[in-house]
Amino acid sequence: MSGNEKTDGNAVQFAVEGEMTIFRAAELKAAMLPEIARAQEIEVDLSHVTEIDSAGVQLMVAAKLEAILRGKELRFTGHSKPVLDMLDLCDLGGFFGDQIIISSHAS
Amino acid sequence: MNLDEALKTFIIESRELLEQMEEALLRIEQEPDDAEVVNAIFRAAHTIKGSAGLFGLEYVVAFTHVAESVLDKVRSGELRVDADLIALLLESRDHIGVLVDHAAEGEEPGDATNQHGGELITRLNAYLGHQAEAKPAGMPVEHEHKFEKEGGGRVATDNWHISLRFGPDLLCNGMDPLAFIRYLETLGEIVNVVTLTEAIPALSEIDPESCYLGFEISFQSNADKAAIEGVFEFVREDSQIAIMPPHSKAYEYLKLIQDLPEQEMRLGEILVKCGTLTRAELENTLREQAQNSEHPPRPIGEVLVEKHIVQATVVEAALEKQKQVKESKSAEASLIRVDAEKLDQLINLVGELTIAGAGASLAAQRSGIPELQEATATMSRLVEEVRDSALTLRMVQIGGTFNRFQRVVRDVSKELGKDIRLEISGAETELDKTVVEKIGDPLTHLVRNSMDHGIEPAEVRVANGKPAHGSLKLNAYHDSGSIVIEVIDDGGGLKKDRILMKAIERGLVQPDANLSDKEIFNLIFEPGFSTADAISNLSGRGVGMDVVKRNIMALRGTVDLDSVEGQGTTVSIRLPLTLAIIDGFLVSVGKSSFVIPLDLVVECIELSDEDRSAAGERNYLSLRGQVLPYLRLRDQFDIEGDRVRRENVVVVQYGNARAGLVVDTLQGEFQTVIKPLGRIFSHINGIGGSTILGSGEVALILDVPRLVQQVSSKGERSMFEA
Repeated sequence: MSGNEKTDGNAVQFAVEGEMTIFRAAELKAAMLPEIARAQEIEVDLSHVTEIDSAGVQLMVAAKLEAILRGKELRFTGHSKPVLDMLDLCDLGGFFGDQIIISSHAS
Repeated sequence: MNLDEALKTFIIESRELLEQMEEALLRIEQEPDDAEVVNAIFRAAHTIKGSAGLFGLEYVVAFTHVAESVLDKVRSGELRVDADLIALLLESRDHIGVLVDHAAEGEEPGDATNQHGGELITRLNAYLGHQAEAKPAGMPVEHEHKFEKEGGGRVATDNWHISLRFGPDLLCNGMDPLAFIRYLETLGEIVNVVTLTEAIPALSEIDPESCYLGFEISFQSNADKAAIEGVFEFVREDSQIAIMPPHSKAYEYLKLIQDLPEQEMRLGEILVKCGTLTRAELENTLREQAQNSEHPPRPIGEVLVEKHIVQATVVEAALEKQKQVKESKSAEASLIRVDAEKLDQLINLVGELTIAGAGASLAAQRSGIPELQEATATMSRLVEEVRDSALTLRMVQIGGTFNRFQRVVRDVSKELGKDIRLEISGAETELDKTVVEKIGDPLTHLVRNSMDHGIEPAEVRVANGKPAHGSLKLNAYHDSGSIVIEVIDDGGGLKKDRILMKAIERGLVQPDANLSDKEIFNLIFEPGFSTADAISNLSGRGVGMDVVKRNIMALRGTVDLDSVEGQGTTVSIRLPLTLAIIDGFLVSVGKSSFVIPLDLVVECIELSDEDRSAAGERNYLSLRGQVLPYLRLRDQFDIEGDRVRRENVVVVQYGNARAGLVVDTLQGEFQTVIKPLGRIFSHINGIGGSTILGSGEVALILDVPRLVQQVSSKGERSMFEA
């Protein structure tokens, strides 16, 4: 989780940086929960995710669910290449319904 | 299980599989039509590829994949195996071995390795033809639909259906479900994947390290069921996995079969229980099978398929299940993988226990308390049993080592252009693992030597009236507490006079020395001989026979050579069964104690007055009319003190030679743990190690083979002089 956070009234933005894997799953959960609690609209920037595995996918799904259950809106943005690859592999793009920008520069 | 441990297991398993693969490849050379052997090779390659994929060892996967494709064609009968293909596959196997070694070291293969791999891939691809890129991805494959009676109700799809529910602990165990799916893509094309997210709780509820994922996958592939199942090999146990082949008669049957509780059941019962067959159908089929008794009974599955009662795929799944149940059962029952270090530790502890037990017995004897003596006697017996069973844990059959020589013989005979066959006998003979590990190199040298210099070229053989193909035999057997390993060739044999000439020339023996045939043959183990050049059939190979001898001596073994000119040579290696503990016979001379390995003791006699008084003039005595050379330990080891009034002779035998060892007193049997002697004692002739007595004193273990050799050569000489 990065300090790259902005709170703007009812909306919060934060970024997940580094790996989104089993090794950091507990840490990420602990960091994301309060962020979701803070605002009505949550935007999670994934552009700095370097690696993602099943545990990371589960966290994305769980975060989305958490927001839905609390009547909030959570969006993932700026999906990095590993995240896109993963979404493609398990065909979960539709589940999140986020706007995915296919970037021309490979990152 | 963490990832490092898993990787270690992968390396160990891969090496085992590679060994099996090599063995099978050599076997297929003889029996190219044995489908089971081809399958074994394919499975080995496939499993290595599958496991390597899990660890992300791309370089192993990429190369093995190509080899596997070729093997698949062999398996399907599209390719015939011939000598060239086998040679290529053997090379590929070796290359996989190199790649696995890289994985073990945790490094990427270097340029040279990659280049070699590339060359092999090019050669392998030649066998694949253009088949590799023939099928554009996504194009449906035409399958012939064959309808049989009662064959209705099938699933229409051309694709496999894979249903996965991963176990909750998967992630903690270092496995990533997505990695399996990614890996599945190497076997075919994932047409559709549905990720089941229903089981995932909301963020506040989730245990982030538990796995909640499930997948339903539609999969297009030409791979067979075993191959697809292989992908999930590592998660099979704690996950629910169902794999339905294309055109499954009905999905539910298979699912049911897969979900059956783990117990051994007959196929028919399984099918009935799944509802694939009714009880009546099963009984009919069984009756029919019994009536056709003029044919050998066929597997029930085959009969059922032929009668179109069930579909082959259903039977296959049921059989698979049955096999899995059986395999896991027998594997559970018979084998546990144990770290060799743990065994060594156990042996060490048992050794200490043996010493402590001896101490307790001694104390009990001194105390004179009968109950205590009885208790220690029982304990000694139990310690002995524990020791024996601990030692058998380390016993392995020598067959594994012998079988490796199939490859050596094959390669060397190609290299030399000779046709040499290897015969193996006594493969089930057991010996200590540490001995087995250390005997490989000397054996290899002996085998190469026999092939290179022993066995003559075919023309010479035919001219001498021998079969054109040479034969090399590896034999092993137990003999009085030792294991004897023989390397026997039917080659030209050793030329005695030339060896002797050479030895005299080199100053190894005096020109007037009177040597037996054996002694002459054994001269080739002398250091000066290794670089011999004039004797063509003995020319050195970098490492000489003296090194072989030294290696074997380091194992407390001996090596002996026998040869008949024109008929062949036999090299016998005699080794102790174990390096750790021996049953000893305790004797003492003056204040010193010595241990003689009990296996080598034949009998004990008293040294008669007549022999005593003759000592000094001759050092042999008459044992029931036979000449027995003997040696005084007191003289041998310069032990101080006066001679005792009565001396005893311990008659020992090693191999075919007997000798007497004269000692002061006989103390009786004694279990000992061999403690190695320090390097500074290594030059002392006749001592093989040390041990600690119950009293805490040190006793020296006699190196009987060396002493016998010394005594018998001295004895013979003095007899000739007398």
